Amino acid sequence: MTVIRAYGAIAMMAVLLALLPVLVQANTVINALVTAMIIALAAQGWNLLAGYGGQFSFGHAAFFGAGAYGNAILQTRYGINAYTAMLAATAIGAMVGAVIGTLSFRSGLRGSYFALITLAFAEVFRIIANATPLTGGAAGTLIKLQLSVANFQFASRAVYFWIILALVIAAMLLMRGIERSRFGAYLVAVRENENSAAALGVDTFSVKLKAITLSAGLTALAGAFYVQYFLFVDSSIAFGTWISIEALLAPIIGGIGTVFGPLFGALALYFLGEFAKAIAGRTPGIDLALFGILLVLIIAFARDGLQGLLTRLSLAWRTRRPA
Amino acid sequence: MPSPDILAAAVLNGLMSGAVYALIAVGLTLVYGVLHIINFAHGAMLSAAMFAAYLAFQAGIDPYAAMIPLALIFFALGYALQRLVIGPASHGEDQNVLLITLGLSIVIENLLLAAFNSDTRTIDVPYGFSTLDLGFTFLALPRAIAFAVSCLVAVLLWILLAHTDTGKAIRAVAKEKLGASLAGIDVAHIYAVTFGLGATCLAIAACLLLPTYYVYPRVGNAYVLIAFTIVVLGGMGSIPGAIAGGLFVGVVESLSGLMFGESLGQLGIFVIFILVLLLRPTGLFGAKA
Repeated sequence: MTVIRAYGAIAMMAVLLALLPVLVQANTVINALVTAMIIALAAQGWNLLAGYGGQFSFGHAAFFGAGAYGNAILQTRYGINAYTAMLAATAIGAMVGAVIGTLSFRSGLRGSYFALITLAFAEVFRIIANATPLTGGAAGTLIKLQLSVANFQFASRAVYFWIILALVIAAMLLMRGIERSRFGAYLVAVRENENSAAALGVDTFSVKLKAITLSAGLTALAGAFYVQYFLFVDSSIAFGTWISIEALLAPIIGGIGTVFGPLFGALALYFLGEFAKAIAGRTPGIDLALFGILLVLIIAFARDGLQGLLTRLSLAWRTRRPA
Repeated sequence: MPSPDILAAAVLNGLMSGAVYALIAVGLTLVYGVLHIINFAHGAMLSAAMFAAYLAFQAGIDPYAAMIPLALIFFALGYALQRLVIGPASHGEDQNVLLITLGLSIVIENLLLAAFNSDTRTIDVPYGFSTLDLGFTFLALPRAIAFAVSCLVAVLLWILLAHTDTGKAIRAVAKEKLGASLAGIDVAHIYAVTFGLGATCLAIAACLLLPTYYVYPRVGNAYVLIAFTIVVLGGMGSIPGAIAGGLFVGVVESLSGLMFGESLGQLGIFVIFILVLLLRPTGLFGAKA
């Protein structure tokens, strides 16, 4: 029964979202939905490390970019098949996470210091990617358009949507599994009080290292998919601050440290972005300024995000007094 | 190996820009030392200050003349931001402060973007290309002024912290918040004053930078990453550390720019930053974490 309860909501969400491309066929809408799902996946990675583990990264672009460039370079320079390249790029991203995690956690960096060093790593990668020939320098790397299932290139955008949706759902199932596992309990213990967790015999270093590796892998997969969808990457897309920020905005807005948070948040950001476009037209920056205001408001007034608001509303509804 | 004259000129130039870096870093480290938070909005606030100085120039006020009024305005803005937004919204949790200042930086930066587009702008002042002849090299006048004013601000700040009641209260809150509040110090007020002083440093730095640099909505980021490096290098919260670190980074940047070219010189700063964080997060000058 508890298993059904734990996983049932995710399955229902999957079915609902999968119907979207059947209901709306406009390419622009599906395009935006695919982007929202990519953000949701990258954000789930951030959520694992920061939401559950309490380690706030300001530089998840480092992992997103590793996945993006990994996929693009393996295909264009080494002629590797798209599916293998995406898997390998995910593994590369996870390794980058493991290396950064080992360095930072071995040095005992926490809180603001950890945020700073992740930010610095992403910046270093951006400068290097902008200057080396391997990544195509400032011009970026283009993957040749060759529509075929064997190349992971599809004529219909809906197919991309279903694939990224499946990946997002798989990540949510993984998170639910982690929540219910011993590792998940350790992770939350580290978040709540690292010293007490260590005193109780939790190997906090290895818990945090596992978390950042897995987290980086998820975000790298999002990066690899991004490249596969847009067939182009440059240093400001791959390692730019935009993805570091959206990967943390989505879970915080949706509900930090919850399975559904990143997905809710990514969808909310999408609607807010459309709303900003509707009121401000093509003025740049208005959408992001609204995101920033929302971030401050959520932290000030609703620390558990949209997910928490929903829970409180439904609780209020169920416990309402009969009139 | 470049000739001694060129090296000396590079070191001198590094010290000139280093002084302004130090001024920006002092604002950051002061806030960290007292409030124990990293202000991620520092860069965006610097951008805002540079645009304020730019607007003042458009209205016919020279950046150097605008310095004192802007410093006062930014003190008030900084005070209000901490007292009305950051303080109440963070509920006293460090993680929240981190995210709120990040949110503020997103808001400020993108409002600037909406108002001014992403074009880079410069101002044209009559003394922009004036130089001082030092015998072995020429020194740009605006940079020399920037150096002198930065040093003056550092001295004034030291007098404020060491010899006034407000300064004593700031140092008391930095040392022991609870004890200070038991002694009758209004901690929320001192927090806001400190944040205001940080913003003041930015307003002055903005007026010093504008005659020789260009301005665009994200310009502050470039400086604030350098300021983070300096603050970590000098020990978080240490003002002498920030000044020494600022001058050091200015010289390193200038010399590595001379040796390896502009973009890799930038990389050098980040490599220093990461190494210091990993190996000695308490800073090279041994301040307490």
